[in-house]
Amino acid sequence: MDDILEILSNDARVTPQEISKMTGKSVDEVKKAIKSYEKEGVIIKYKTLINRDLTNEPGSFVRALIEVSITPQKDVGFDHIAERIYSFEEVTSCYLVSGTYDLLLVVEGENIQTVSNFIASKLSPMENVRGTATHFLLKKYKEDGQVLKKKKEIKRLNISI
Amino acid sequence: MDYTISKIVEQMPPSGIRVFFDLVLGMKDVISLGVGEPDFVSPWHIREKAIYSLEQGYTSYTSNKGTVELRKRVASFLEGRYQLSYDYNEEILITVGVSEGLDLAARAILNPGDKVLIPDPCYVSYGPVVSLASGEPVSLKTDIANGFKVTPEDIKKSYVKGTKALMLNYPCNPTGASYTKEELKALARVIQKYDLLVLSDEVYDELTYDFDHTPLASLPGMKDRVIYLNGASKAYAMTGFRIGWVCGPKKIIAAMTKIHQYTMLCASITGQMAAEEALKSGFKDVQMMKREYHRRRNYIVGALNEIGLDCHMPQGAFYVFPSIKRFKERSMDFSKNLLMKKKVALVPGVAFGPSWDTQVRISYASSYEDLKEAVARITDYLKGK
Repeated sequence: MDDILEILSNDARVTPQEISKMTGKSVDEVKKAIKSYEKEGVIIKYKTLINRDLTNEPGSFVRALIEVSITPQKDVGFDHIAERIYSFEEVTSCYLVSGTYDLLLVVEGENIQTVSNFIASKLSPMENVRGTATHFLLKKYKEDGQVLKKKKEIKRLNISI
Repeated sequence: MDYTISKIVEQMPPSGIRVFFDLVLGMKDVISLGVGEPDFVSPWHIREKAIYSLEQGYTSYTSNKGTVELRKRVASFLEGRYQLSYDYNEEILITVGVSEGLDLAARAILNPGDKVLIPDPCYVSYGPVVSLASGEPVSLKTDIANGFKVTPEDIKKSYVKGTKALMLNYPCNPTGASYTKEELKALARVIQKYDLLVLSDEVYDELTYDFDHTPLASLPGMKDRVIYLNGASKAYAMTGFRIGWVCGPKKIIAAMTKIHQYTMLCASITGQMAAEEALKSGFKDVQMMKREYHRRRNYIVGALNEIGLDCHMPQGAFYVFPSIKRFKERSMDFSKNLLMKKKVALVPGVAFGPSWDTQVRISYASSYEDLKEAVARITDYLKGK
């Protein structure tokens, strides 16, 4: 990965000025590169990784992984039906996978009821959906490369030759 | 009771720096740029290998020379990385860090009065290690104007009759200075002319930013006169495992092994197994850490120069050695005041010898956030002066 992308993927708040100091590129060069990444869709969006278990309303949120089996359609294969599914706002991630089923969805809702309702009333009745298997997530240990636990204190000595 | 201490030990420079270190270690909430080791934890696959080895019951001594597996791994690694061939059985010894390797090398080759050229500044153990081996350290003063690099002229100037060896460390602690292949070739010519052995401490080799590292031993005609020292500490963030390796001429390795078997027996088996894993599958980790250090180096050199701490661009390791001359404060006072007033720790230059009282050593093996905060605090401190 390009230097600029690597820095931003780790911390999106680093400014072009700082990136310039770290990489030796000029501030203008950095700004231009970021602009073009944004334009090309390489950089899609800047967001904050939140550990919802530690927020004030940790109970008001559930997440489920749903395996979906699909009958592909002529000419468009899985793409058309995938689009119909991922367009629901309840679906936060949608992947086409190899193996015993076809689409893997991440679905979020306020509680088990809302997620179940979504499956029962929106997802399962779809014409090309052959079947679903739902796994509610119980605990989140690591997400997007980030361990969701407070960092332990560094154990090295504060000074050494 | 007679508590008379050995003369050599008595004469070793007292570590006035120890008092300062204790002061730092006793203080809380310090941002430290004074640390001589990576801020990364050893990669998980390496730690996991160490844990697994313990689970499997690997808790015994190993061969004095180190496990066959690790020595073979070191040999194939050096062959692949640098086209540098050593026989795992007779030319490689596993040590307890490079520190032990240096001590063994000095004791193996020196007779009383043999002189050893030691770059100034250099890592603090070089002089004492030579003295303890009854050798005589000869200072090889480097110049800020040359970015603290040893030049062929420096060697010519400092060479005295009876000089047996040269100690070299590149990239260098405390200056970060390192050498291109061409610069090393020029040094090699002088080394050959004066018929010197070289103790080449290349433990920071993987942290070279502006060009590829070249082991001195890989240059034509040099392998027979170089004792190559390296280890797992810096490249793989494994300082606490204490694993180093020494490669060199059979006769010297045999002599070093003799001392090692009587004084150390062997390096820890857990560390050796972890180091084997590091050399086998650690390349990606090294590259990731190197990219990170590289960015921090660029940042810190720029930032320090901006606030008036004149600083050259070092080629490797994770240190800069800027000048504090214009602030008219001795390095120890500067460091103490900065610590007490702004809670930033760094190493006063005087730790590396009396000639370096105008410098401080800053380690950028700290997170970018800490570096930024430290620079802000140093800026504050300088404004208040």
